Amino acid sequence: MVPFGGWDMPVEYSGITNEHLAVRTKAGLFDVSHMGQIELAGRDALAAVQRVSSNDAAKLSVGQAQYSALTTPAGTFVDDLLVYRLAGDHFLLVVNAGNIEKAYKWISDETRAIGDVAVVNSSARYALLAVQGPAAADIVQQLTTIDLASIKYYWFAHGEVAGVRSIISRTGYTGEDGFELFIPPASAEGIWNTILETGAGKGIVPVGLGARDTLRLEAGMHLSGQDIDETTTVLEADLGWIIGWKKADFIGKAALEQQKNAGLTRKLVGFEMTAPGIARHGYKAYAAGGEGIVTSGTQTPLLKKAIGMAYLPIAATTIDTEFEIDIRGRRTPARVVPRQFYKRSRS
Amino acid sequence: MYPADRRYTKDHEWIIVTGNLGRVGITDFAQKQLGDVVFVEPPDLGRAVSQGQTAGNIESVKAVSELYSPASGKVVAVNGDISSKPELVNKDPHGTWLFEIELSNPDEVKTLLDNNQYTELVK
Repeated sequence: MVPFGGWDMPVEYSGITNEHLAVRTKAGLFDVSHMGQIELAGRDALAAVQRVSSNDAAKLSVGQAQYSALTTPAGTFVDDLLVYRLAGDHFLLVVNAGNIEKAYKWISDETRAIGDVAVVNSSARYALLAVQGPAAADIVQQLTTIDLASIKYYWFAHGEVAGVRSIISRTGYTGEDGFELFIPPASAEGIWNTILETGAGKGIVPVGLGARDTLRLEAGMHLSGQDIDETTTVLEADLGWIIGWKKADFIGKAALEQQKNAGLTRKLVGFEMTAPGIARHGYKAYAAGGEGIVTSGTQTPLLKKAIGMAYLPIAATTIDTEFEIDIRGRRTPARVVPRQFYKRSRS
Repeated sequence: MYPADRRYTKDHEWIIVTGNLGRVGITDFAQKQLGDVVFVEPPDLGRAVSQGQTAGNIESVKAVSELYSPASGKVVAVNGDISSKPELVNKDPHGTWLFEIELSNPDEVKTLLDNNQYTELVK
């Protein structure tokens, strides 16, 4: 067990490689109850979300979710998050464990001037279990009468799972198909065990933080506090697609517009090592045009390559650009590749 | 569990001495702590190493750990199988040596733990 955002979390159950491969080929069960939930409700809830979140929440239908950023006036990250539209005037924001208090205070403070909206930290009301992998839908379908085929990617439904009222969200942090289940904490242990029993024949295994990190990195997904934070802008993080440029305004919009017009000086890229060695968080990168910094790096259990993400000077961010990473005193060659290292085949 | 044919360090390496040569690996306890080993960076051939000093790195998916030399001397061989099959360290930790030292002071090895003392250490 390791401390993580105030929780004691297992790094691994049966081994990172085994857990990683199970999620890619069968299914894995994650306890991600450490994630935070903040709800905004009231007549002006949409206006409040629109102010603090970079993506355009007006595009969300009830029952739909979107990835977004809580932005500072400089266009950098307070946190990244998922925004769920529970009802026309009721939103559920899912933020990272280490940032719950910070995000809650930020949202409360920044929406105070907006008329009718209540901001509630409801993190303690939800446990969150994620079932991820090609067999996830088969497994969860055995536990619910909701037709899961009717829930599209980044949509959700309310319904019972194993007899417990849940939000069933077709989302995840692995690059696989799967579901995240918002359930009452008192029911979490029972549902956890039921899912493992139900999925045993399909090869489901419990998955810890270690494989959660290798899976998300292989899928090219950012880790808040590591790849993105208050020093990196949404554009530098290569997340321009979560910026609602057409929205009237949001915190950080002006700064991001200015950065877009001026052009980026650095950007987050994916890379793979071209000689033996594994780059890790914080290692320095040396590229044409200057220095950069590795934000994530590992050996992927599936692709069996050393991969990672790094901020590099903009001149070095084109695919196939060669650069070097200082691995404990040894300059080791690496190459820029698409950040999504793994893409599942959709049947 | 821990074979009697070798000595152990408190940092969880083992060394088997044959004449003036010592072969070094990591213990079963160490491989369990590390998790899936994906990369071993042994010392360069010909490098002088000293007892208790860093001689390389061993990386699992989780993290990097330093490899300490159980004895002083010159590195005369590294196990070439490890670069292509680092998982051997997990599968057979006590049968998988990483590098070999020509010992400059074989008596040093006597200061290391025997299998009973090591078993006690990791109990």
